[in-house]
Amino acid sequence: MQKIGVFVCWCGSNIAATVDVQAVSDTLAKEPGVVYATNYQYMCSESGQNLIKDAIKQYGLTGVVICSCSPRMHEATFRKAVASVGLNPYMLEVANIREQCSWIHKDKALATEKAITLGRAAIAKVQLNAPLQAGESPVVKRALVIGGGIAGIQTALDIAEAGFEVDIVEKQPTIGGKMAQIDKTFPTLDCAACILTPKMVECSQNDKVHIYSYSEVTSVKGFVGNFTVSIKKKARYVAENKCTGCGECTTKCPMKNVPNEFNLGLDNRRAIYIPFAQAVPKVATIDPNYCNMLKNGKCGLCAKVCTAGAIDYKQQDQVIEERYGAIVVATGYNPIKLDKFEEFDYSLSKDVVTSLELERLMNAAGPTGGTLLRPSDGTHPHTIVFVQCVGSRDTSGCGKPYCSKICCMYTAKHAMLIREKYPDTEVYVFYIDVRTPGKNFDEFYRRAVEQYGVHYIKGMVGKVAPRADGKIMVQASDLLANEQLHIEADMVVLAAAIEPDKSARPLATMLTASMDTNDFFTEAHPKLRPVESPTAGIFLSGVCQGPKDIPETVSQASAAAAKVIGLLVTAKLTTNPCVAHCNELMCNGCSSCERVCPYGAITYVEKEFRMPDRTTQLRRVASVNPAVCQGCGACTVACPSGAMDLNGFSNSQIMAEVDAICQK
Amino acid sequence: MVYHYYPGCTLKTKAKDLDRYGRKSMEALGITLTELENWQCCGGAFTMAKDEIATKLSSVRALADSRDGVLVTLCSACHNVIKQTNYAMANDAEFAMKANNYSKFDVPYNGETKVMHYLEVLRDVVGFDNLAKAVKNPLKGKKIAAYYGCLLLRPSKALQMDNPENPKILEDFIRAIGAEPVLYPYRNECCGGYMATEDQSVAAKKSGQVMDSAAEMGADMIITACPLCLYNLTKNAPGHQIPVYYFTELLAEALGVKD
Repeated sequence: MQKIGVFVCWCGSNIAATVDVQAVSDTLAKEPGVVYATNYQYMCSESGQNLIKDAIKQYGLTGVVICSCSPRMHEATFRKAVASVGLNPYMLEVANIREQCSWIHKDKALATEKAITLGRAAIAKVQLNAPLQAGESPVVKRALVIGGGIAGIQTALDIAEAGFEVDIVEKQPTIGGKMAQIDKTFPTLDCAACILTPKMVECSQNDKVHIYSYSEVTSVKGFVGNFTVSIKKKARYVAENKCTGCGECTTKCPMKNVPNEFNLGLDNRRAIYIPFAQAVPKVATIDPNYCNMLKNGKCGLCAKVCTAGAIDYKQQDQVIEERYGAIVVATGYNPIKLDKFEEFDYSLSKDVVTSLELERLMNAAGPTGGTLLRPSDGTHPHTIVFVQCVGSRDTSGCGKPYCSKICCMYTAKHAMLIREKYPDTEVYVFYIDVRTPGKNFDEFYRRAVEQYGVHYIKGMVGKVAPRADGKIMVQASDLLANEQLHIEADMVVLAAAIEPDKSARPLATMLTASMDTNDFFTEAHPKLRPVESPTAGIFLSGVCQGPKDIPETVSQASAAAAKVIGLLVTAKLTTNPCVAHCNELMCNGCSSCERVCPYGAITYVEKEFRMPDRTTQLRRVASVNPAVCQGCGACTVACPSGAMDLNGFSNSQIMAEVDAICQK
Repeated sequence: MVYHYYPGCTLKTKAKDLDRYGRKSMEALGITLTELENWQCCGGAFTMAKDEIATKLSSVRALADSRDGVLVTLCSACHNVIKQTNYAMANDAEFAMKANNYSKFDVPYNGETKVMHYLEVLRDVVGFDNLAKAVKNPLKGKKIAAYYGCLLLRPSKALQMDNPENPKILEDFIRAIGAEPVLYPYRNECCGGYMATEDQSVAAKKSGQVMDSAAEMGADMIITACPLCLYNLTKNAPGHQIPVYYFTELLAEALGVKD
């Protein structure tokens, strides 16, 4: 029989306001095996922990039950406390009476009753707990960064600086991401390429950083410290080690009408292309959807002009397997598709553009060489209307419920740059709210209004109607003046909401990392662990976790790198001793467990068994590799004979908990 | 499959062409529309009031009478009212209970009938590809502007016909009968018809805008499925010369069944 101590936490008023903590500790004190029960205001505080330690010493406790917040919050804290006075940390159970009780109920009597039930279940479980010893596992000293935008680049460079090998996997032919497409950055108006491209070059020159461009992660196995990742290098039909990036092929290719995705389709590229001048790696890529040679074997011009002999039409996709200690997700974002917002006539008029398209139209390396011209007829626009929140803060279901965060600032930037460069242009900005928190941000916006005379109008645009003469009629409401406006515009710019890249969801599945309903990766704690995924060894960098601008992205990228470095310098990781084991006498060798194990931790061995009649028999039984097992418990459910069991969560322990809950 | 047909009052009076050519064309395409017995006026407008049951009862009866098949509508206004009523019968338990209590059907009706607009029958049953094959007199060279108006597509949650902001069903129809669709920004704006009796100038302005925009973008004619739109565009927007037809009239012409 265990000697159990029960400690009920008030969590200030978080628990005590809804649960009668005194009644809980009084009732649980009468449970069989309980020799001590008490309650305290903050059990996680130093004095609270001392209360537990003193009771263990004074009453010789062999098991401890803490009724408090979720074990995800403080289980580690309490385990450490009991271990410091010599109790095995796995002799402790946490009954979650906060998240699963006080926070979700209103009726104090019922909540108290439920808290008692949860406490009883934990006591029943601890009766059957056995001391467990944590093992150790090594850490592979290499990190993987998925996504080569500014977030991935910054994370990779910081990890490399600490002396660790790091690989970047980027699905585009070049790293650089969205920042490479942007013209100027707010609030300083410095050139985005000028501050980004040196970092891209640093990635290619740093011998600790390896770039897998035009590549995708196809599978992830393993666990923190020891991931095995398959990376598919898509065939680019150009040998990366031979191509010098001279670009001769990209001027000779006869397929001239391929929409240029780097310029968002505003101009065309060839079938063989280098996305932009400062691409890293500066290697050409053949687009198999347009290349005549690949489609029907006719052409081969690029191979003829390539003096380096880099063109290889026979190149195949290649799958590389690599081991990593840590993985950083930096998959970024895209503007939403605007097909549900046709009141702005984006598909009808070429002169209705998104803000990212405007970046290219204002970029010196863009399709117009940096002169702002209307895409339809190449004339200078004299009246430009900006529409904010296109799909952001949208509860109609057409867009996104969240604020995309960056649009207010980049719209102010666009408006200001246009007024600066083309003072004869009238600029209107329609907004719901202008949100500019951030260092020097509000000053920046005010400059747009006060110094540059941008017309900011509170209200939404209801209809955009292109006319045959090229003008665009904009119908909008001015909510402050309470009147309808009709503006004859030359261009309309839509601040489309941003959403996580489509590759994020399948990746989250591979990583077993959680996501929210908007497909943003969830952080381990929204305040205190913002760059870690709840899945150990997975870290988050940039917009994949939530909308953010460049300075914030870079901060988070460096923070993620710091966390990765902290993991990689660890010599050995303590492994979770709550792993599965096989009761070989009951195992019938059916392989059910092996099939369900997501980690490949179960193998089968032939073993000799001594039978009751003193004969020996060779039988096939399951064997668990405890270093690979993650304790998910799938095998214990799948096992038809009950041979598979999980340390710390044994079948008998769980049944004891269920019994305790069911008996009143 | 039985295709019950709900013509509605206007198709028996002002909009006889919409009805006549619609029936003929469907017959030519091998689908018989069986006019529902004892149908009554749909009420003309779907009221938003939650407690307004009476005006929707005729729609409920038409829906309940069509349980053995599909209920086909042609007039945009009727379609809007009947489809929204059906949506309410299926999704609003209180509304369905009240309507059933009043109607005393042998078996309570809870939105089981499928309601299809005539255009949806063309798209989903006949298929625009098959329609194109059945066309005898393709309307080659005609530039046609589709006018959806406000009732045909909205509210999209209940009507579920097409993207209300960027629809294509009428444009696809125009292509199927051999003509060229003209896109213009006002094709899914309201014609102002509901304002016609209260303030004619509003209706004139809204209709004029539609007509001007379509003409400006190079349309020879406008087609619509809505009698109120047609009336408003032709009668309340003086000075705009572009002709407006029911889409069924052009369909009949293309199929060679127009008399």
